[in-house]
Amino acid sequence: MNADKIHALEAQAHEISWFEATARQRLRWFVDAGSFEEFLGPAAREMSPHLPDFNLPEAFDDGMIVGRAKLDSKPVLIAAQEGQFMGGAFGEVHGAKLTGLLRGARDAKGPHVVILFDTGGVRLQEANVGELAIAEIMRAVLEARAAGVKVVGLIGGRAGCFGGGSLVAACCSALAISEQGRIGISGPEVIETNRGVEEFDSKDRALVWRTMGGKHRRLLGGVELFVGASIQDFRDAARSLLAQAPSLNLDVLKAEQARLEDRLERFGSCADGLDVWKALGAKDPAVIPGMAADAFIHLADTIRRPRYDAR
Amino acid sequence: MTLDDLLDGLFLQRPNITREGGVLTGQATLKGGGAVEIVGVYDATPLGVDEAIRLSRHVLDALMRGSDDPIFVFVDSGSQRMSKRDELLGVNEFLGHLAKCLIWADMQGRRTLAVLYGSSLAGAIIVTALATGTLLAVPGAKPEVMDLPSMSKVTKLPLAVLEEKAKSTAVFAPGVDNMVKTGSVLEVCKDVPALAEKIAILLGTSRDPNDNRGLLGRERGGRPKAADIARRIYDLAHSAS
Repeated sequence: MNADKIHALEAQAHEISWFEATARQRLRWFVDAGSFEEFLGPAAREMSPHLPDFNLPEAFDDGMIVGRAKLDSKPVLIAAQEGQFMGGAFGEVHGAKLTGLLRGARDAKGPHVVILFDTGGVRLQEANVGELAIAEIMRAVLEARAAGVKVVGLIGGRAGCFGGGSLVAACCSALAISEQGRIGISGPEVIETNRGVEEFDSKDRALVWRTMGGKHRRLLGGVELFVGASIQDFRDAARSLLAQAPSLNLDVLKAEQARLEDRLERFGSCADGLDVWKALGAKDPAVIPGMAADAFIHLADTIRRPRYDAR
Repeated sequence: MTLDDLLDGLFLQRPNITREGGVLTGQATLKGGGAVEIVGVYDATPLGVDEAIRLSRHVLDALMRGSDDPIFVFVDSGSQRMSKRDELLGVNEFLGHLAKCLIWADMQGRRTLAVLYGSSLAGAIIVTALATGTLLAVPGAKPEVMDLPSMSKVTKLPLAVLEEKAKSTAVFAPGVDNMVKTGSVLEVCKDVPALAEKIAILLGTSRDPNDNRGLLGRERGGRPKAADIARRIYDLAHSAS
């Protein structure tokens, strides 16, 4: 690839919305231009063996793209979920690709791993194997981290990061999220279906953002970085997280226990995101949902500095 | 099989086991000898932030005491607690942290062993039963990812279709037999003596540091592709570095 083309790709990364892009588009502009090399790509035709039983179409990559690339000329392993195929959900093949990638990084003690989350969680048509895939991935993330590999997660896709995906995210070394990113185990519709609209009104979009959205997760301490909407913003965030993320040891787990105990004590009786933000010291919590990214990042860094030693 | 059946059958005496609000914590001594740390969820209690933080605290305290005592996890839970408050507080981090503590214990060479004796669903089963080095089940175990009517709603597939599929494929239908076929559950023990015997055998052999659930699922035919896909990607990732 010539220098002009590389320059053009890099310029585009500033323009293109992470939320709107497909997984392959994100990858194209996220890594150093032309550096991505896929493992078992679509040509290998490794598809779900189970979706045909339900008369559902398969995808040649099962919605999970894994491979190696370069970020700032340094090697990384990458996994990207396609949220527009089966909601980015973890099926047997989809999950096994990430498991294998993480185990490879573990045993080779590198390179670091970046996961581009975009998932509703376990793929229900493959529920038992999808659930087990999540369990294996969580273990593989922790084993890779213990071997000195950093595993960084990026969240800002259409499907958010829900269900088992949110548990995998919780195991990562560090996370970045955009305004449109959402993290939760139970999605809004699932809570409403099980507990009623009085518990959670899934149609109240503002409520969804205040409870699970990127700004709330950043202020709560559930992610380290809040980023703008472009692919370049995520690229910058990944670079920063890879520089700062901790390895895993007992002290980190003790610090996480203390961090979460402190959260329960401080915010356990809050009824709404607004109450949490007020308790944190935001003078006018009601304006936070409408704030532009730069202003919000400044506020967040003022009232809640990110920690890198307790995840 | 009830929790009392299990505790009475496996342990000599248990003055140090407390049950509070669906959360079980403590220590006990196996009838065959040997102290164990105990955590668990009972009465099909949903696992939310308040429950998970107590369980992870107990596991961490056990780790900090520095003994080699195995950690047993008894599971009869609901799903993750589905509530606005739990999601607002980041329940994924609390449940994830519990799983991390259990997996970390196993990675350090501590034996971690779960006994599934009741229900368990969704996020809760992932961070308890599926976060240990070994998962055994006993009669009465009723694991589910999601019940079929809810699954029908989410997938938009008719309930009748799902019920029919449930008979022919291990891959998605609820039930412990399917979790055996996919490799999640090592074995179903028919009664407490059989469980005690299996535990004695497991504790008497050295721990396998590898996560072999993929191979088990392939052997048993419930998970045809995962082990091979993971292995092929592993080789590519490993040689890439």
